[in-house]
Amino acid sequence: MADIDEIDGVSDEEVEALTAGEVLQKLEEAWLNEKFSPELLEAKTDLVDCMLEQVTEMEENIKRAKKGDFKVVLHRMEIDRIRYVLSSYLRCRLKKIERYTTHVLEQESNRKEEDVCHLSPEEFTFAKEYGTTMETHMKNLVLRHMPPNLQTMDFKQTTIRPNLDSYVFLRVIEDTDGVLVEEETLDTG
Amino acid sequence: SATVAGENGLFSGVQLRHSALERNKRCLLAYLYNRLEQIKKMRWEFGSVLPPEVKFNMCEQEVQWFSKYNKMLANYMRSIGGEGGLDLTQDLKPPKTLYIEVRCLMDHGEFETQDGNILLLKKNSQHFMLRSECEHLIRQGILEHIVH
Repeated sequence: MADIDEIDGVSDEEVEALTAGEVLQKLEEAWLNEKFSPELLEAKTDLVDCMLEQVTEMEENIKRAKKGDFKVVLHRMEIDRIRYVLSSYLRCRLKKIERYTTHVLEQESNRKEEDVCHLSPEEFTFAKEYGTTMETHMKNLVLRHMPPNLQTMDFKQTTIRPNLDSYVFLRVIEDTDGVLVEEETLDTG
Repeated sequence: SATVAGENGLFSGVQLRHSALERNKRCLLAYLYNRLEQIKKMRWEFGSVLPPEVKFNMCEQEVQWFSKYNKMLANYMRSIGGEGGLDLTQDLKPPKTLYIEVRCLMDHGEFETQDGNILLLKKNSQHFMLRSECEHLIRQGILEHIVH
């Protein structure tokens, strides 16, 4: 658990106090949020790492269990489901990184120290590499052959930005007073 | 040339020509970008080796881009979690059952399962396999998932 501390400074007790079930629930929450949000959300690297550790442990346990034991089937199904949630979560994030590359990198460079990071270090490397390969590809195929004043990729024009005005579904988890919803967007009932 | 200093009458002509050039540039970039999106989709569908018909339709820079994308993706997937990483191109659909019935569409020789059993994948033979093991064979078109 020591390297999880370094990743985002969460104290040791806070991470170890979560049971595997709670980690899975938080992961599912993060997964749904990521799926329904138009932009890239916080990177939950510690949840992903923790869950993967659990899965490897479960796979080890299965290998040691008796052959034909019914529990093995149940555990295998559980592992399949957890792997699906993890893969889907990371794929969703990757898709957003690929689509909004320049925007995401810009957001990261403008981020202040105390703000939480939206990209894990590996995602950040991927985003940078993806951006550069895309740019070099365009340069070699098209921009090289253009008249001199058109040879740069104008990023102000070409970045794709997430549509922050798109509608999202919200589910209220606990009673909170004083949240104002604007009149024109209020749904009856 | 695009700039003629001091000739006020030609300004609108220059502006028109410049807009036309910018539009052409945008069309070219959009065309190439969409080709790359298609090629990316192929990586997720076919895996890291492209079928020759697809490769035939790609220009050399696109082939190079594909291998770079491959490498980037592989590095990222390997770095997930503490060790080994996670193959994101597997588990594309929510798992309904642990085992599935599959039919072999072509001869594929012997296949060793996780439990150590050896299956002979002969054309038209049917097998009951772990979904996670045969997913990639189904995607490649070697096996066919039998749905009742």
